[in-house]
Amino acid sequence: MGIDTAAIWAVIILVGVMLYVIADGFDLGVGLLFPFVNGEKDRDRMMASVAPIWDGNETWLVLGGAALMAAFPLAYAVVLSALYLPIVFMLIGLILRGVAFEARAKSSDASRHLWNKAFFAGSLLASFSQGVTLGSYLNGIRVVDGQFAGTAWDWISPFSLFCGVALSATYALLGSTWLIMKTDGLLQSLMRRLTYPLVIMLLVFMLVVSIWTPLGHPAIAERWFSLPNLYWLAPLPIVTLLACVWLLCSVKQGEATPFLMTLVVVMLGFIGLGISLWPNVIPPALNFWPPGIDIWEASSPVASQGFALVGALVIIPIILMYSAWSYYVFRGKVSAEDAYH
Amino acid sequence: MQETALLLARIQFGFTVSFHIIFPAITIGLASYLAVLEGCWLRSRNPVFKQLYQFWSRIFALNFGMGVVSGLVMAYEFGTNWSGFSAFAGSITGPLLTYEVLTAFFLEAGFLGVMLFGWSKVGEKLHFFATLMVAIGTLISATWILASNSWMQTPAGYEIVDGKVIPTDWLAIIFNPSFPYRLVHMGLAAFLSTALMVGASAAWHLLKGRDSAAIRTMLMMAIGMLMVVTPLQIIAGDAHGINTLEHQPAKVAAMEGHWRNESAGEGVPLLLFGWPDNEAETTHFAFGIPHLGSLILTHSWDGTFKGLSEFPADERPNATAVFWSFRVMVGLGTLMLLLGVWGVWAWWRRTLFSNRRLLRFALLMGPTGLIALLAGWFTTELGRQPWVVYGLLKTADAASPHQALELTISLVLFVIVYGLIFGTGIRYMLRLIAQGPDHNIETTLSTVRQAPLSNTEQGE
Repeated sequence: MGIDTAAIWAVIILVGVMLYVIADGFDLGVGLLFPFVNGEKDRDRMMASVAPIWDGNETWLVLGGAALMAAFPLAYAVVLSALYLPIVFMLIGLILRGVAFEARAKSSDASRHLWNKAFFAGSLLASFSQGVTLGSYLNGIRVVDGQFAGTAWDWISPFSLFCGVALSATYALLGSTWLIMKTDGLLQSLMRRLTYPLVIMLLVFMLVVSIWTPLGHPAIAERWFSLPNLYWLAPLPIVTLLACVWLLCSVKQGEATPFLMTLVVVMLGFIGLGISLWPNVIPPALNFWPPGIDIWEASSPVASQGFALVGALVIIPIILMYSAWSYYVFRGKVSAEDAYH
Repeated sequence: MQETALLLARIQFGFTVSFHIIFPAITIGLASYLAVLEGCWLRSRNPVFKQLYQFWSRIFALNFGMGVVSGLVMAYEFGTNWSGFSAFAGSITGPLLTYEVLTAFFLEAGFLGVMLFGWSKVGEKLHFFATLMVAIGTLISATWILASNSWMQTPAGYEIVDGKVIPTDWLAIIFNPSFPYRLVHMGLAAFLSTALMVGASAAWHLLKGRDSAAIRTMLMMAIGMLMVVTPLQIIAGDAHGINTLEHQPAKVAAMEGHWRNESAGEGVPLLLFGWPDNEAETTHFAFGIPHLGSLILTHSWDGTFKGLSEFPADERPNATAVFWSFRVMVGLGTLMLLLGVWGVWAWWRRTLFSNRRLLRFALLMGPTGLIALLAGWFTTELGRQPWVVYGLLKTADAASPHQALELTISLVLFVIVYGLIFGTGIRYMLRLIAQGPDHNIETTLSTVRQAPLSNTEQGE
């Protein structure tokens, strides 16, 4: 057996989804913070800080979907069928806010407030639905003979709804620290004030998930708390905690540090979830037989994974290069002049 | 119950994909148009080209945003609604879509920001480069998605193991038998749709008495494009039809309302009108030109091809729908050719900008590119039924195990949100077009580059 293409693809998809979470996370967060800001000038600046890049950020989500179909078609078919309604809600949220970027700039003064609301509502719906999707995915999916065997409402559970709230707060924090970096003056101080409670919320949420998932899933408890693993994995929560402290200290004066620290915290949290799941691509549902499906079982033929892998390994570095260039072009504080028209 | 669910899933897919397809078509056409405009401006420094660039880039931006979010729905719908298809053929469509994301979507998105907001941040050459990358990205995207769609129409380069598709030859998969024809046909359709839209907007302004260098340039470029592309499209369409006859004969039989060969040596007529009856297996009120069908499809006087009755009843597409959507496409294509010829004639006679009858015709033709494109899409997609992967997987076996309830909820949501959001978006696009390139040019984004204007100068 040569290269384990399934494992490589699993890592690529995880990294892609993580890039999506942090990148679209902060621009969804900007939308979540819209109601806390008064005055169209400030809202223009908030929009302008993400307008040139949101589209590229969202492309990571498209890559996640396409790559999942390419590498793990079985998981793509089962997971997406199982999470049908929350995914539809998420897509509708993303439509609302995606169109709002352009339409708000082109609307009349009288109807602009409608697009402000669409931008906020779309961001909230998308964030919350993503959290619910994540939560019900972590809870596990009932699958028999390679087909989803649950009901259309399996995704509603206390844990998944909790994850919806938690992810929305996480995105709001990414948004507020992004805006600390990209703005100045009163808008920036408002964002600094909003950041404190959001950090506390994130800490609480991460703690709750860290307790809730091992309690509910013995396999996850085993992964984290069995003996050699405990030593290897202990640094993860410790570093997360340190990053949170650093984040809290930097909120008052820092420019880029709060955002960078938030990125670190979110990435570590994401890696933690990856460790809990590995190597399942369809996590097992509790008290349900047969159990979940791992990446090797769900794999597409080597001919598919290999073909797509060549492209991914060559092209993703190029994508990262020109995406970084695009961020570089739009570096620095946004001014009202950067806004549309 | 199952049948209702399948029908709802099909309606949902048809609805979301039809809505989606018009945005990328305009994106493909406008991106290339913008690249041409910026190139012309850099060469000639004629300010009209830059003015047109600024004008159309605002419409492009709005259209692009709608294309991105409606396309996102498609990327997930294969899994949410068509899990049978994804599990069966994801090993082929998945990698093709992945390549589309990697080589096209990121390219477009990565350079779009610079293209729209970067005038004051990068140099002219670099800005032109960004425009080119976006335009090339749209064409690469069309290539991959049509490779994938064509493979579903004319599968090649695979084998089936344990009820799933296994790719054996990627070159054969990408360059499957119908791919080159479909790519050319669809690409030209995108260019035609855009040219008709640009031409109609110029005609509208001229009819309103707003005559300027920018408006005239728009009309001339649109008419020139029509004159060149429409004949090419007719040739491409003919070749595509012959290719379809070879690989999907049932589709062509449905397109022609051709049920059975009456007698040897008679040839197949080209029906101009008729009402194909799927139950009675005949075409009522058929009115056609004898032998022309043979001539077009077999390039011989009395050549013949299989009629629809010769296929098993459960392997036939709905002939009424395919027959009529095909005629809508061809009829509109003929009118496009007429507009091109008439326009060039008027241009030569120096009446292009004043002939009101011609301008009114050009205005009416504005949306027909998109209508023809949708009609062609219906022809090829409905013509493939009852198969989702031609000859390999039936649509009925491709659907996810959803009940009618959740499909109804999602369909209602999609219809409301699409109608509201894209409806408003399209209204804004039309309003921008109605303002015209000469409206309010001082306040467009690109002037940030020059000395800032004072508020009094900026005006309304």
